[in-house]
Amino acid sequence: MADAPDVGGWTCPVPLRGHDRIVMGHGGGGKLSSELIEHLFVPAFNDGAAVELHDAATVPVTTGRLAFATDSYVVRPLFFAGGCIGDLAVNGTVNDLAMSGAQPIAMSAGFILEEGLPMATLAAVVDAMAAAATAAGVRIVTGDTKVVGVGQADGMYVNTAGIGMIPEHVDIRPGRARPGDVVILSGPIGEHGVAVLSTREGFEFGTDVRTDSAALNGLVGDMIAAFADIHVLRDATRGGVTAVLCEIAASARLGIEFDERAIPIPPAVAAACSFLGLDAMHIANEGKLVAFVPPEGVDDVMDAMHRHDLGRDACVIGRVVADHPGTVVARTALGALRVVDVPLGEQLPRIC
Amino acid sequence: MKYLDEFNDPELAASLLGEIAAVTTRPWTIMEVCGGQTHSIIRNGIDQLLPDTIELVHGPGCPVCVTPLNIIDQALSIAARPEVIFCSFGDMLRVPGSTSDLLRVRSEGGDVRAVYSPLDAVKLAAEHPEREVVFFAVGFETTAPANAMAVHLAEQRGLENFSVLVSHVLVPPAIEAIASSPGNRIDGFLAAGHVCSVMGTWQYGPLAARFSVPIVVTGFEPLDVLDGIRRVVVQLESGEARVENAYPRVVTEQGNATAQQMLDEVFDVCDRNWRGIGEIPQSGWRLADRYARFDAATRFAVDEIDTPESGRCRSGDVLRGLIKPSECAAFGVECTPRTPLGAPMVSSEGACAAYHQYRRLSVDEVPVRPPADSIRG
Repeated sequence: MADAPDVGGWTCPVPLRGHDRIVMGHGGGGKLSSELIEHLFVPAFNDGAAVELHDAATVPVTTGRLAFATDSYVVRPLFFAGGCIGDLAVNGTVNDLAMSGAQPIAMSAGFILEEGLPMATLAAVVDAMAAAATAAGVRIVTGDTKVVGVGQADGMYVNTAGIGMIPEHVDIRPGRARPGDVVILSGPIGEHGVAVLSTREGFEFGTDVRTDSAALNGLVGDMIAAFADIHVLRDATRGGVTAVLCEIAASARLGIEFDERAIPIPPAVAAACSFLGLDAMHIANEGKLVAFVPPEGVDDVMDAMHRHDLGRDACVIGRVVADHPGTVVARTALGALRVVDVPLGEQLPRIC
Repeated sequence: MKYLDEFNDPELAASLLGEIAAVTTRPWTIMEVCGGQTHSIIRNGIDQLLPDTIELVHGPGCPVCVTPLNIIDQALSIAARPEVIFCSFGDMLRVPGSTSDLLRVRSEGGDVRAVYSPLDAVKLAAEHPEREVVFFAVGFETTAPANAMAVHLAEQRGLENFSVLVSHVLVPPAIEAIASSPGNRIDGFLAAGHVCSVMGTWQYGPLAARFSVPIVVTGFEPLDVLDGIRRVVVQLESGEARVENAYPRVVTEQGNATAQQMLDEVFDVCDRNWRGIGEIPQSGWRLADRYARFDAATRFAVDEIDTPESGRCRSGDVLRGLIKPSECAAFGVECTPRTPLGAPMVSSEGACAAYHQYRRLSVDEVPVRPPADSIRG
């Protein structure tokens, strides 16, 4: 079963004036807002250094190129097997930065809270964000809170933005895919989407499927250290691995071929997909990346991935070809070929 | 997962394909009845691996595809009502009616919910006595027992705010209609395994005898489908025409007696319109008179909604196996998954959508390459 929100152990550093739920005033800019910042956000996100609250955070940077990314999180339920909206919001933006080869240096967090949200729920989410930021080696340095009326948000929405530094000589972007590039997947797919779906719908699939939510900047750092000329990185989030392959094929105007048998799909994910009529290749991941690497770098990159916890099951799944530009072709388990495309909208479970 | 890997084994598939090639001496046309089989065939590329002389045509066994336009329009009308929670299986949500679809109704404020079981809709009705909960009861014999159970439970629990919009269809009358149609080209049928898990195989013997066609009850994994094709071809080559059960791990001759009793209790057989095909006598189920008060079409007075189908869409010819989806002039041009003219372009089980998804590129033109795992190094 899914994890229940683990809020039992949380105690507010200084009681928030007796409010056990969010009220409109927490977003109003007055004393209640200040208390929320002072007693909840600052203790969670600040690692003990003296903090001077200001409209903007200042971040020292060295010379070079900055990466800048933002993403909003509206997941329902807020807590699901293995994670919650908080770690998702940190890891998601860290991963967006990492896909350009950047190491994150600072993040913002914007909260849209629904009136009536239990304070303990917010605190648990904030704690998860703080833990995820620490794990990724990034600080949350600025933020914002707004409160909307009952029924105007699913409990809470979170937006994060982040900046990161791109190492010199690193140029990772979709347009650099080349014919001959080898396509590497960092590990088994489908866990996040199935974990959220099974928590939301109350399904159980024999074994517990937990989200794979993780910050990939450490893995990417190791990969770049092993071979700097990685051409493309993309995290396989919404739309799954299929969306990554189709987007890269379209933007680089190249063909991609992959071998379906090479795609690692955990048995519980395969069972869920079979049961619900879903395709694991389309399901969201939150801790998996796809790398396009020129042949001469494949061994070094694979070795580096295999040495890292988040890449120990990395595998080669296909390669880039000059034929059929813009189109992704799969070799099926039986040896036939078929075109692979992204679904029109969300995947809809089949009738039977 | 047991039954997923085992029935997807490339070596066993190659051996079955070899047997099929060895036994085939002349052209045969085989129809897989069920949309789930169509999906498996196209997704795994089974049709490309068969001898050129064996043609697969994709039958009318996708419940989303054959639900008639007027019923979709009735559903849209009911779903738009403010007091209604309209529950449906996921892939009915995008099926186009004449002017809208359920997803659009939802975006305009209708309370439309995808559920995984009709029993979820019953639960919603119990939780929301102030609302009217309507379940869209479509599908073949496979989905019907759970839908019947939902109605039965609602009656037992006295849930007067629950109703069903019924458009159930039956496989044997469809096979009969296809086999007896003037332009019929079908030499043998793969019958739908999951339908037979409920109803058994006994209904198919008379059809096989009357039309002299082999009917092989077949599963859905790649090896299931290949074994079904092999058995049909073996029968055809030896001049036989009988019912065979190639899915014995799920299907018995008598089927599921409990489910059949529930169906008898709640439904009566009726004439039914099939989208793209027209009316087939005694080819569907409606609520039995004693459950008539659970009929949403009557409750919301939408019986009169009747809408003609697109003249440009040849889904009827596709569903009868007279043309391939790509032979329709609208295919991939005016008719795409984004702007479907007919239902087979909507459901992932629909033959047109399966072709559009997996076969748009002429895959024959793609040069054969070694598997990706041999590329390294």
